[in-house]
Amino acid sequence: MNGKRSTFLISALVFGFAFLYVPILLVIIYSFNEGKLVTVWAGFSTKWYVSLFNNDGMIDAAWNSLRIGVMSATLALALGTPAGLVMSRFGRFKGRTMFSGMIAAPLVMPEVITGLSLLLLFVTLEQLVGWPAGRGLSTITIAHTTFCAAYVAVVVQSRLSGMDISVEEAAMDLGAKPAKIFFVITLPMILPALLAGWLLSFTLSLDDLVIASFVAGPGSTTLPMKVFSSVRLGVSPEINALATLIILTVSIMIVIASFLILRSERMRNRAANGSDA
Amino acid sequence: MSSDKLTLKQRFDRWMIKHGRVLVIGIPYFWLFLFFLVPFLIVLKISFSVAEYAQPPYTPLFEWIDEGITITLNFGNYLFLLSDSLYATAYLNSIRIAAISTIITLLIGYPMAYGIARARGSMRSVLLMLVILPFWTSFLIRVYAWIGILDREGLINAFLLWTGIISEPLIMRQTEFAVYVGIVYTYLPFMILPLYSTLEKMDVSLIEAALDLGCKPWQAFVKVTLPLSMPGILAGSLLVFIPAVGEFVIPELLGGPNTLMIGRTLWNEFFANRDWPIASAVAIAMLLFLVVPIMWFQHIQTKQEEREQ
Repeated sequence: MNGKRSTFLISALVFGFAFLYVPILLVIIYSFNEGKLVTVWAGFSTKWYVSLFNNDGMIDAAWNSLRIGVMSATLALALGTPAGLVMSRFGRFKGRTMFSGMIAAPLVMPEVITGLSLLLLFVTLEQLVGWPAGRGLSTITIAHTTFCAAYVAVVVQSRLSGMDISVEEAAMDLGAKPAKIFFVITLPMILPALLAGWLLSFTLSLDDLVIASFVAGPGSTTLPMKVFSSVRLGVSPEINALATLIILTVSIMIVIASFLILRSERMRNRAANGSDA
Repeated sequence: MSSDKLTLKQRFDRWMIKHGRVLVIGIPYFWLFLFFLVPFLIVLKISFSVAEYAQPPYTPLFEWIDEGITITLNFGNYLFLLSDSLYATAYLNSIRIAAISTIITLLIGYPMAYGIARARGSMRSVLLMLVILPFWTSFLIRVYAWIGILDREGLINAFLLWTGIISEPLIMRQTEFAVYVGIVYTYLPFMILPLYSTLEKMDVSLIEAALDLGCKPWQAFVKVTLPLSMPGILAGSLLVFIPAVGEFVIPELLGGPNTLMIGRTLWNEFFANRDWPIASAVAIAMLLFLVVPIMWFQHIQTKQEEREQ
């Protein structure tokens, strides 16, 4: 009976992971296809990568996306870290329910609503106070920072909740100031979560099509917007090549990051065990 | 030390101790308030105005006439939404498609999450990593991957024609079926992760006890495992359902011209018809429907945090 159940679970896992990975693998394989048709394998070629790198519009859009991604991930970290800290360490305060609502809601809010509402905010602000003058990279950065900050807050909060509070309390008993406790004790301990939060924000920003389309202006076309307009017409081998590059970059980044996180955790465990002994 | 002989640093420290807490709460609070909450009020405001050829393309709601302020509320946009059956169809379609996709995602995700939670140590982290990795890979590219598979000249049709099972290519892309595939595919990790985290924390001895007391395995599952994993089921389902209702990219790329969904309608009102007030009214109507699931989601999140602390 147990055997039957584990057979079921194993086949569920095998089918599930095949479902998740086969489409991605096909995109990677067909990016090396010589021919233009998806279904016909016409031999190995890297010519689509060459034509991708000669596509100036695509390269410009990629630069825009990278700049927005780095800026908004960094800003989201600066805003999301205190937000996560507040949620897990500050106890009750006036307006806490609304605060937690403003952190949870961006995670599930349909993107068309977020995009439209931010655009209307920018237009209204421009009418009232003259800022932001026009729309472009800066408005996209603000939009991305807002929803990425919510993700960072959740990551930081869950890290802090799983963390031993006694070290911070000991430091407080010994008379350390709150700011010092945060920078000397809490920050180093949540460093892996901060790295994860930054990377998550960066990839979310790099990937966003809908919100960016609403708040973009002339000359601020991002990579997803470029991809979307060419994908609407069907499969293109150049997009396959781009997709392969994105998938490879992200996978390498994730593997390195999880290696770093694992190592820091192992070192912390060793330190903790050492002090116990 | 007398208080009038404080150095600048001491003054700063005192100020920080007094106001630091407010500052740490205030900065993210202000940002989210300005860029997340206030925009909804503006959408609400503009949904009551009339579209016109101007910059920006809607009439002002408040007007200064003879040192008095007049407010012109225009319910026309909402009446229009009610009168044209296109919008009602798009709404009901979105809710139906999102609900069915959520159920399919749950049926695929639950056994996977269970399998991962019951896997041995090192295997478990590898499997978890394999679930998270696609979540990090571009959403747009994952939707795009299915165009090449489901298309008329796509890989499934090519394979089936080659084996001789079919003689005419199947129409799969630009159907509702393709939309289900797209939603289930892209949102599956969102379902698995919360399910995994509740199933992993579950005490296995409870199931063993149920089995020892004579429950059949399926009874133990229905009576013990399923109720205990309910928080994960709810969190995962809401994480799939709410964004799926407003999904734009998937119906646009995989659905046909007849696959009406509300996110697509909003997009077209805004970008094609340039009717900002109608687009705002559509957004408000969608929010009114989603506010209950969103608050439910927040409630589950808060309860989970309290349990962790």
